[in-house]
Amino acid sequence: MEKISNFTGIAAPLKLSNVDTDQIIPAVFLKRITKTGFEDGLFANWRQKEDFVLNQEPYQNASVLITGSDFGTGSSREHAVWALKDYGFKAVFSSKFADIFLGNSGKQGLIAGVISEADTEKLWKLIDENPGVEVEVDLPSQEIRLGAEVVSFDIDEYTKWRLTEGLDDIGITLQNEAAIAAYEAKRESWKPKTLPAKGV
Amino acid sequence: MSNKPLTLAEKLWRDHLVVKGENGAPDLLYIDLHLIHEVTSPQAFDGLRLAGRGIRRKDLTIATEDHNTPTADIHLPIADATSRAQVQALRDNTAEYGVRIHSLGDKNQGIVHVVGPQLGLTMPGLTVVCGDSHTSTHGAFGALAMGIGTSEVEHVLATQTLPLQPFKTMAINVEGTLRPGVSAKDIILAVIAKISTGGGQGYVLEYRGSAIRALSMEGRMTICNMSIEAGARAGLIAPDQTTFDYLKGRPHAPEGADWDQALADWSDLVTDDGAVFDKEVFIDADTLDPFVTWGTNPGQGVSLMDSVPDPESFSDPSQRAAAQKALDYMDLKAGTKMKDIQVDTVFLGSCTNARIEDLRAAAEIIEGKTKAPNIRMMVVPGSARVRLQAEAEGLDKIFKDFGADWRFAGCSMCLGMNPDQLAPGERAASTSNRNFEGRQGKGARTHLVSPMVAAATAIRGTLSAPADLEQ
Ligand code: SF4
Repeated sequence: MEKISNFTGIAAPLKLSNVDTDQIIPAVFLKRITKTGFEDGLFANWRQKEDFVLNQEPYQNASVLITGSDFGTGSSREHAVWALKDYGFKAVFSSKFADIFLGNSGKQGLIAGVISEADTEKLWKLIDENPGVEVEVDLPSQEIRLGAEVVSFDIDEYTKWRLTEGLDDIGITLQNEAAIAAYEAKRESWKPKTLPAKGV
Repeated sequence: MSNKPLTLAEKLWRDHLVVKGENGAPDLLYIDLHLIHEVTSPQAFDGLRLAGRGIRRKDLTIATEDHNTPTADIHLPIADATSRAQVQALRDNTAEYGVRIHSLGDKNQGIVHVVGPQLGLTMPGLTVVCGDSHTSTHGAFGALAMGIGTSEVEHVLATQTLPLQPFKTMAINVEGTLRPGVSAKDIILAVIAKISTGGGQGYVLEYRGSAIRALSMEGRMTICNMSIEAGARAGLIAPDQTTFDYLKGRPHAPEGADWDQALADWSDLVTDDGAVFDKEVFIDADTLDPFVTWGTNPGQGVSLMDSVPDPESFSDPSQRAAAQKALDYMDLKAGTKMKDIQVDTVFLGSCTNARIEDLRAAAEIIEGKTKAPNIRMMVVPGSARVRLQAEAEGLDKIFKDFGADWRFAGCSMCLGMNPDQLAPGERAASTSNRNFEGRQGKGARTHLVSPMVAAATAIRGTLSAPADLEQ
């Protein structure tokens, strides 16, 4: 995984709350078996409408999304994060994320930062006044900078560490091999095994 | 071990702790059962292959095909190329890694959350994960069951563990006795309407109280299934005699001395007296009506006796806007009586309500009745075994005589991913769990209902309660 520290990019305002994962990527796009190429599925239904924000010229190359509360609710599909990343987003900011979406983002190298509702409104306003404006996202200091404005965001320490170090989850866990083996050695014998198959 | 009283969720957590996380790092938990299906697993297997990793415990892993599979003509190749590719990828991956799979046509095939319990693989005291949010279903057995993303699927395949941040706990106390015609589905729809779709966020919900104890395992699964619709990470119900009776004799249930040991271990799986929940909610079962949704999220629901709410009645501006947007999408007017809403399609299916008891409840209502001419009804058993059982009981005949379409098992119309979809603008009374825009097909309109309401609606043609049939 790529290490992330700070970057600069165009910020797009998505002025909607309760954006569920069916809207981020409709189910029909989930059928692929590869891990990349999901950019065309991102907000696919909304993108058919000309006035949708990502269809506006300055935002087609946006890499930062500022959105309303309760982003990423609904199904656990990780494709929602892939679609955002494949489209070119590196960070999403909202006053509230669904838990599973938040977890998926950290694992896939997408910054999901929590900002206050007031800051959300403020950023939307600043972007509207200056469409296509670039913001600087600084992960180590947890700040979004837009000109003279500085908005700080929350991200849990562990996720931040992983993102800045570019660490893969499984590698971290496998450092605990001895503890896993010890746990397995004392598991109860009544616990089910799928093999050999019964009831077939 | 300390003597601090613990909630059930905290005990399950404690019992599966492999490594305690320090300095904000998550705890590492052992996973007892990993369920797999074709949608969220291909990239996980891809990841394993790329990293040259194997599967740690294929004996704790099982796969089935459900989301993409057709529910008619299942002997034919899957028509849609991408659906076919996903199912084929699952077959290839499970063959390569030696994972047990139940494919289309196999009598153990079905929706992943129906298959685990019916095989007796889901049991109290386990951690259960699956790359599907409705894994919360398995919490009905007193297991900590969570939906996970694809990279977590890869993680569990490789390590049989999962790094997890601790949850908060919420008690949902449901006391009293349900009236006739009111069921588990109505309880959970009422809970979600009460706490909202974000209300459970960060929590594991434990459903408690006399109305929950009185439910069958099927009803408990319906409730836990939709915990995710309240935003919760998991739902739980403490195991009791109902749970043990359901499990005994199932193919993978413990036997002999193991059964006795399991019963002894399971007896501890209750929230201790004096344990404190982070939050408590109370629902009165005695006064509950059948519940239905009018909007485009599962929290936008009312009693079937009520009317479509006026967006202006919501004080919160974002809720007001959401209500207006939902009414536009649903093509509904504020003030319309819910019972006057005419539907086109009745869908009896999904991992929420397609177990044998759900089919029985619907069949009992429609037996000998005539279907409303404007209605198309689809009945999709949750698994191939449920289908076989229903046929053994003659339920298929009741559905067919009524004019319903009797299908093979799968997720079907619960999501717009396989051939069973609603047309744009089509309105459905659906026993599934999500009424999001486009969930059942592009432009489709969904009202979430219980199996009994679905049956009554199919007879009357408008959203109806079983009690309406007697008038
Ligand atoms: S029936 Fe619906 S909710 Fe259940 S697993 Fe299938 S698609 Fe998901």
